[in-house]
Amino acid sequence: MKKQSNQLSNLLLAAMAALVFVLSSCGKANQGTTTGALSGNAASKVYVAPGQYDEFYAFMSGGFSGQIAAYGLPSGRLLKVIPVFSVDPEKGYGFNEETKPLLNTSHGFIPWDDAHHPALSQTNGETDGRWIFINGNNTPRLARIDLSTFETAEILEIPNSGGNHSSPYLTQNTEYVVAGTRFSVPIPQKDVAISSYAENFKGALSFVKVEPTTGHMNIEFQVLMPGLNFDLASSGKGPSHGWTFFTSYNSEMKNSLLEVNASQNDKDFVAAVNWKKAEEYLKAGKAKDFPANYMHNVYNDETHSATSTAMKSVKVLIPSECPGLVYLLPTPKSPHGVDVDPTGEYIVCSGKLSADITAHSFPKMLKAIEDKAFDGDISGVPIIKFESVLGGTVKEPGLGPLHTEFDGKGNAYTSFFISSEIVKWKVGTWEVIDRQPTYYSIGHLMVPGGNSMKPEGKYVVALNKITKDRYLPTGPELTQSAQLYAIDGDKMELLLDFPTIGEPHYAQGISAEKIKPKSKQFFKLSENKHPYVTPTEKDAKVVREGNNVHVYMTMIRSHFMPDNIEGFKVGDKVYFHVTNLEQDFDVPHGFAVMGATNAELLIMPGQTETLVWEPKKEGVFPLYCTDFCSALHQEMQGYARVSPAGSATALRWWLGDEKPVQ
Amino acid sequence: MKALPKILFFIAAAMLLTLFVFPMWQITLIAPQYPTGVTMYIWINKITGSEEGTLQNINILNHYVGMKYIEPDSIPELKYFPIVVIVMALLGMALAFTGRWKWWMAWLALGIIGCGLGLYDFYLWEYDYGHNLSPTAPIKIPGMAYQPPLIGNKVLLNFLAKSWPYIGGWFIGGTFILGAVAIWLQKRNTSIA
Repeated sequence: MKKQSNQLSNLLLAAMAALVFVLSSCGKANQGTTTGALSGNAASKVYVAPGQYDEFYAFMSGGFSGQIAAYGLPSGRLLKVIPVFSVDPEKGYGFNEETKPLLNTSHGFIPWDDAHHPALSQTNGETDGRWIFINGNNTPRLARIDLSTFETAEILEIPNSGGNHSSPYLTQNTEYVVAGTRFSVPIPQKDVAISSYAENFKGALSFVKVEPTTGHMNIEFQVLMPGLNFDLASSGKGPSHGWTFFTSYNSEMKNSLLEVNASQNDKDFVAAVNWKKAEEYLKAGKAKDFPANYMHNVYNDETHSATSTAMKSVKVLIPSECPGLVYLLPTPKSPHGVDVDPTGEYIVCSGKLSADITAHSFPKMLKAIEDKAFDGDISGVPIIKFESVLGGTVKEPGLGPLHTEFDGKGNAYTSFFISSEIVKWKVGTWEVIDRQPTYYSIGHLMVPGGNSMKPEGKYVVALNKITKDRYLPTGPELTQSAQLYAIDGDKMELLLDFPTIGEPHYAQGISAEKIKPKSKQFFKLSENKHPYVTPTEKDAKVVREGNNVHVYMTMIRSHFMPDNIEGFKVGDKVYFHVTNLEQDFDVPHGFAVMGATNAELLIMPGQTETLVWEPKKEGVFPLYCTDFCSALHQEMQGYARVSPAGSATALRWWLGDEKPVQ
Repeated sequence: MKALPKILFFIAAAMLLTLFVFPMWQITLIAPQYPTGVTMYIWINKITGSEEGTLQNINILNHYVGMKYIEPDSIPELKYFPIVVIVMALLGMALAFTGRWKWWMAWLALGIIGCGLGLYDFYLWEYDYGHNLSPTAPIKIPGMAYQPPLIGNKVLLNFLAKSWPYIGGWFIGGTFILGAVAIWLQKRNTSIA
């Protein structure tokens, strides 16, 4: 009996061992298909050893945070958050006097926006690492960030726009960044019944010229389109250079319950704008001057200050008066993303309610225009026959296609929101090659240079809207995420995912080598042209002008000059103009004073920044350095004495044993 | 080739003028948070750094331990050493034409003595900077002095200080070697004649 039970248990053990073996080999077979992240060497592919650099910069829009975040790829390490359409108390951005003008608009100071689509500047269709542009969707704006400083350098308000969504999507030599309105609105704005939409509402497509050396932006012209909702855009490349393509929805031209009312037509339109033709019409004097009211804000690295200038008019081209300027390409159905492939031949449109991906052919479009293969018009804008412009269709690749990027090897990668996946397909043959799930609900996706003529097709990043159970929970509000896939093999391979700042919409990637050598280390003090610069400690002073008191202060390891000031009075408006005298890499100093109702200053070497302080109470208030600068950082402090209004306390200041100056 | 020693001696003397083209000495401070090092260059007539702000950065580091600010304007040697060098170079070049090797030897001896005095002066400055510390220095370490090495490497607190001749200094070495060769050749020429 005992022997038998032993045999039985041996048999059971053997059976269990076999089962375990079978299960584990099943697991191996599954790897790389459903659970790609588990394949053995994924970690080593994203490991960047301490002290080593990432191969790429990735710039991810911060969506409703109004910021851009710079990450390293493949590590996913966060390098910097750049405030753009947002205030940032950490950097003093939007709080100090120098950067406040950047956030000025025709509606006043607006410290927030919804930043969707970063666009790296390009030369000859290749990213060049000079600037990155991004749109502000809510109060229509365009921003330019200087990639030598990673700081916002310019913000231009877009007039006659109801939401700057199809933007910036620049041209191959950064001739233009574009700004198509998401919402059509009365142009110029007026008080009309909303139900008069079809009659009164128009959609403006703005072309913003970029000065090639300074990067300064200027609205060259606007194209006044019928009341469509312009969604996204893509500028032509190579043969299609000179054209920009805008998707639109709501060809029904409805103004309420759009989820139903704007989803009825089988096809909506891609608007193809010939901007080289527009330049001819401009030269010929065909543009009308429309009164407009918008702000142009520019930051200067020598004065370390921004200025805000009110602009009063804009040139407008009306398509019915400018034949050949715009054509409409019928596109199934409520197209969202539009992406011109690196050869410039195909215009890939993702009809988010369509079962297919539609690719228009640029050569066919030109032929159709030549043959006048039109199917009517809307407000004088010809509609090209669908069959005459269709280049190819990817049949039933997934559900809810949104955006497409390219790898430069003839492959396209399309994000599918509803089926939560990336689908790889071949341009020209339209066959699906591979698919990988995303976690969850991918919006945009990004291949470094994947929207340019020279993609660096090593990785694709999925930018996901929803994370649900993917990370440790953080209460009701959860992070969004980015997921990194290797695309250098035949199959996509999930390597990494990491949380993002705000909600990332689009992103851009670029070889680190295109930016790293140009990165500024500090500002030269000798080039500081700030009107309140204090170039040496000897120049420090305090000047009273009525109730305004200007403090010309310096900072250097590890003291302020002056660090003791008396003679402030309740009711004064004190301007601390603080100059960082350091001339070394990575030695910023901070400045904070008790009771300031704004934020700190964070001043880079060679820079001057200004904090306004309006003391409300008498007393003696500390001030100190907030950025751990040196071994004696904690001692980098001082006092400001506030006397009652009308008191006779003399204005005096000093540092150490020096005699008070007055 | 009778003129060869004269030419060599002329070049040797003229090489002193390279001191106005290249720094003669460099002192480099290395610490982990200064990955590329901080380098100060000592010229015959000025003190510069690897970057525009280097001298200020060294002064900021030095002030924690109470060292005096290095202010080139307050170092008189930077004003009269250049005159000495120019006079010596011109004198040497003139002597080259005479072909009198004994005068050449005298010139070379004078140069070596001058150089030795210069190095001694450099040592005195280094000693002064390293030992003459402010009594109110924030960081005081009993028994610690911060004199950089005259020549060689030395660890000073968290820094490795390296002090070595630089291009101008190598040229001075060249002056002595070339001068000695010229003298030897000229002396041989003279004795054969």
